Amino acid sequence: MWEAHAKLLFGDAPVRFDPRVKVDFPMIAENQRSFPVAIDARAIPGVKRIVLMADLNPIPIAIDYRPSDSDAYLATRIKLDQRTPVRGAVQLASGEWLVSGGWIDAAGGGCSTPPVSRVKGDWAEHLGEIRGEAWPLSTGSSRLRLNFRHPMDTGLVDNIPTYHLEELTVRDANGREMAQMAIWASVAEDPAITLMPHAAADAALTIEGRDSNGRDYRAALTVARQSPMPQ
Amino acid sequence: MILTRRGMLAAGAALIAVPAQAQGNYVIEPVAMGDGIWMVHGADEPIAPANGGAIANITIIATPAGTVLCDCGPSLAYARALRKVAEELTGKPVVRAYVTHLHPDHGMGIAAFDPRIVAALPGTIEALAREGRGYSDAMYRLLNDWMRGTELVLPGRTITAGREDFSGRALKLLALSGHSGADLALVDERSGLMIGGDLVFHNRAPSTPTADLPAWRVSLDRLSAEPHGGLIPGHGPYDPDGRAAIAQTRDWIDWLEETLTQAVRSGLDMVEAGELPIPDRFATMAAARYELQRSVSHLYPGLEARLLPRIDQPG
Repeated sequence: MWEAHAKLLFGDAPVRFDPRVKVDFPMIAENQRSFPVAIDARAIPGVKRIVLMADLNPIPIAIDYRPSDSDAYLATRIKLDQRTPVRGAVQLASGEWLVSGGWIDAAGGGCSTPPVSRVKGDWAEHLGEIRGEAWPLSTGSSRLRLNFRHPMDTGLVDNIPTYHLEELTVRDANGREMAQMAIWASVAEDPAITLMPHAAADAALTIEGRDSNGRDYRAALTVARQSPMPQ
Repeated sequence: MILTRRGMLAAGAALIAVPAQAQGNYVIEPVAMGDGIWMVHGADEPIAPANGGAIANITIIATPAGTVLCDCGPSLAYARALRKVAEELTGKPVVRAYVTHLHPDHGMGIAAFDPRIVAALPGTIEALAREGRGYSDAMYRLLNDWMRGTELVLPGRTITAGREDFSGRALKLLALSGHSGADLALVDERSGLMIGGDLVFHNRAPSTPTADLPAWRVSLDRLSAEPHGGLIPGHGPYDPDGRAAIAQTRDWIDWLEETLTQAVRSGLDMVEAGELPIPDRFATMAAARYELQRSVSHLYPGLEARLLPRIDQPG
């Protein structure tokens, strides 16, 4: 599958495997509906784009992220439909791609089992709820955590059409874009996303999102004044 | 694959080092813990093909009425081998098999017994009826041929807290919860030994897929208050003192909850939370990193929903 994905994603652009793209995840896929992955490419200068993908998922790409005014870092949770490579691909201004990743074993069906909130039937009651917080880092950036309530239907279950959060933008107080991403239904139900925008303590941030039915999502928060105690 | 001489030698060396369970037959070695009571120590590891899923501790008790088993392992093949070993040991047929809770490493083996002699708490039987098929699928996926012939069978006998007397040797039954929705612990009155089920782990990190931590603490208090001698934990070595394993289990779940709470408050994502340092005092615990990462998966979303503030605005 890698060759096919690579051709679609990278075209003729140069591609290198590079361990400085740190793709980190737990040793066990305890829950194939929600598998945490972090891509840390902060050691590479000039990252323009970060793509998170799982080769053997029916929806291979999870997030296509442009950290326009943010550190090259992305953490989220994805569905796993079977044992698969999980990869991070980062693109530099030159157009070159750097790729890394690893295999994870998983029980099947992360993309083809119904979302928990569909089974419970309460997804619509919580749609639009967003939780989040931002903490300043010593680097001058902040650590922004966003948790959305959304069923993230893959279209592969019970004739329920695909329905997912598909766009997310973080802006500063002047409305300038700091981070922007396209999101696919292979991101886990109730998407949880961690970013590092270049926003210091007290900075105001706004979050705009849209799902595949055209519903808009808005949130606002201020970066905390104090960083948490180191653990 | 091309086999070289060096490759053959390496394969030969590996064969000598493989654990007993890798040969396709379960090796069951009961160790006497007291008068007429034995423990079969499961591998202190995750469920894996190398151990055939035989990771839970099993207790065998000889009573005048027959042999009593507390838990019976992950598969039909295991439970058949266990039954043979236990009956040879005591010279009497198995008359009772208790299933302490719903997890498959403890209970899938009941397929080897007449359901009428298999006893569990009502909550365990309900949970098995609901979740058993999923557990069974997961065990087959992980263990393949070790599971051959193992069907999901429900315990046929419902028990509640109290006492069961086997013609002169009685077991006290404690109906608790916290590791799962229904956890059975037992005390053998003759030896004074406590059989903790998975409420108690010892030098093996506790697992939390169905845990309710506050309820678990209440149950550990109850076990501490219950008079007993040594303790056979659900996983890990025998605790001769009977207190250390309870204290260690409590220490781990307290540390776990506090650490993950602090991790959410510090803005860590799940990957980072699973990589937090584990204190030196838990260095003796097998599978600690593995269970921490599993627990992050189990507990983190709930903590985030509780601790992260709402920031959404009207569209």
